[in-house]
Amino acid sequence: MKKTLTAIAAAAIAFAGLTGTASAEGEKFVLISHAPDSDSWWNTIKNAIKIAGDQMDVTVDYRNPSTGDLADMARIVEQTAATNPDGIIVTIADFNVLKGPIMDAVDRGIPVITINSGTVEQSVELGALMHVGQPEYDAGFGAGKRAAAAGAKSFVCVNHYITNPASVERCRGFADALGVELGSQMIDSGMDPSEVKNKVAAYLKTHKDVDAILTLGPNSAHPTLAAVRDAGLAGEIMFGTFDLSGEIADAIKKGEINFAIDQQPYLQGYLPVVILTNYARYGVLPSGNINSGPGFITKDNIALVEKYAGEFR
Amino acid sequence: MTDERLKQVSTLRRAMIRPELGAICGTILVFVFFFMIAGDSGMFSPEGIQNWGVVSAQFAIIAVGACLLMIAGEFDLSVGSMIGFAGVVIAILSVHMGWPVWLSIIAAFVVCVALGALNGFLVIKTGLPSFIVTLAFLYILRGLTIWLSVMTTRQTIIGGVKEAAIGDPLAFLFGGVIFKDLFQWFADMGWIDAFTRGSRIGQPVVEGVPMLVVWALALVIFGHWLLTKTRFGNWIFASGGDAQAARYVGVPVNRVKILMFMFTAFCATVFATCQVMEFGSAAADRGLLKEFEAIICVVIGGALLTGGYGSVIGAALGALIFGVVQQGLFFAGAESSLFRVFLGTILILAVIMNTYIRRMITGER
Repeated sequence: MKKTLTAIAAAAIAFAGLTGTASAEGEKFVLISHAPDSDSWWNTIKNAIKIAGDQMDVTVDYRNPSTGDLADMARIVEQTAATNPDGIIVTIADFNVLKGPIMDAVDRGIPVITINSGTVEQSVELGALMHVGQPEYDAGFGAGKRAAAAGAKSFVCVNHYITNPASVERCRGFADALGVELGSQMIDSGMDPSEVKNKVAAYLKTHKDVDAILTLGPNSAHPTLAAVRDAGLAGEIMFGTFDLSGEIADAIKKGEINFAIDQQPYLQGYLPVVILTNYARYGVLPSGNINSGPGFITKDNIALVEKYAGEFR
Repeated sequence: MTDERLKQVSTLRRAMIRPELGAICGTILVFVFFFMIAGDSGMFSPEGIQNWGVVSAQFAIIAVGACLLMIAGEFDLSVGSMIGFAGVVIAILSVHMGWPVWLSIIAAFVVCVALGALNGFLVIKTGLPSFIVTLAFLYILRGLTIWLSVMTTRQTIIGGVKEAAIGDPLAFLFGGVIFKDLFQWFADMGWIDAFTRGSRIGQPVVEGVPMLVVWALALVIFGHWLLTKTRFGNWIFASGGDAQAARYVGVPVNRVKILMFMFTAFCATVFATCQVMEFGSAAADRGLLKEFEAIICVVIGGALLTGGYGSVIGAALGALIFGVVQQGLFFAGAESSLFRVFLGTILILAVIMNTYIRRMITGER
């Protein structure tokens, strides 16, 4: 029995060595996201906090609800605040769910920077130092303006994460820019690529008037692209997507995707770590909020970003 | 007093005690329903049939494995995580490590079937419920998948498999399309639609039969044959019905159960490989909730959660119902999130109906 326990302890220590956090001694910060474990988009932010942690000589932990459950996220914020870190970086995935735990952290005297989801107004109400992110409605609206300029009148928004309020804001912004009411044009596609592809194919077959598609990230963009190709509409239909990946970059170069909305997630991970470190050490803080996006990636500027797509872009 | 094994049973009664009766009725009802509400939407055109056919085939692949395992009296909740894991193994080996795609596929099958055997071995040796052991593996495999992909590629979506698979002998077996010339001829004859604009002008809207569908049919036929026409099939029923009694009459219950766990893992790997070859990428979140979808198909198909009773044909029909409902609501123009409501309702109705029929026939209280 003693041997077994020793072996288990040794294995645990070895495993702990494999799964270390982002850096050395110094201040400790925690980034809490709303994303499930498997959401590929957050890699860029994980890479960013690792680099920022190394550069600033601080420790940055990444924490998230493994299934994307926002109630679990609220618990994580509470647990993190109880450990009294030097700063918390958190997404406002659902203002009502997270309001209490984030304000409690602020009341404890923990500096908080909000990132990614949520609005500047919500960030101010929570008592955060600042917000680094992309206004989701505005990003959707900007995408819709581009589609409208290209003559689009009817659209489909492929939403692979419908339980996240920010995702609906993107679709709503797009609809408002086209001057249409958001209703059944927003597909609850789920994440399985075959199902996404076939749901989009079914929608396109039954809605022949669709002349614009908006997808909300690689999880919906890749299968939607396959459906569009199968329907013989690649390059014929206005296609915009949020976020970037290698496959999306290739499709932009081929003219199959017209634009990708880049919220530059690297900045959402990197800047808060740098700002919190300087705030903890010297008490200095930028005066405004930082809009990391939306930036639009098109055929014209794709060469600049594709090298780092999915890793730093 | 006559031996009940020699008693004459009417054809009607024999039909009524088939596990798949409820699924057959359900399938008819679902098709009638969608003919009425979406008949003119293109749902039953060749293109529409391919649309829900592919989704149903996908469910059928994992339902066959889950069905045989459930009849043997066990569960595998790690199926979904196994799908994600298998896909990432193929992508890492072929894209990141430069292995030939055929070798990457074989490696994925070997690793995943071995993990299936480990699942079975742990269930047998520890005596723990398979629900608990495979629930643990659900987390272990999902975590490993994410860790592996991030550690090796710094991403959780790994692309480039399609390019690596060009000219690969095994890639076609999972991601290819057969009868292309036949379908082109159908289009030329005007029997099926062809594209009239865009990059595929003149080509048929249905390119052919995807290998995913071929795999689904092959696995259903194999599973049905194994269960109903072989001694091993009797062993599966016996192991799930009363394992102790089965042991007394010489059934190798442990071996049967371990082999069924391996077969379930095999089906999950087929699913993953077809998906990776179709989309040219693997992602750490693939297969989420698939274990429950497989169980839903099997239960709609008339199997008992307690084991010892069920049918592969029933499970396949359950998969068909699942696919038709999910896609049919899109063709019908319904709010897309409603398919979950619809599916949950069908699940409850199917179980109530199956239970009622079984009690009526067997005289159970």
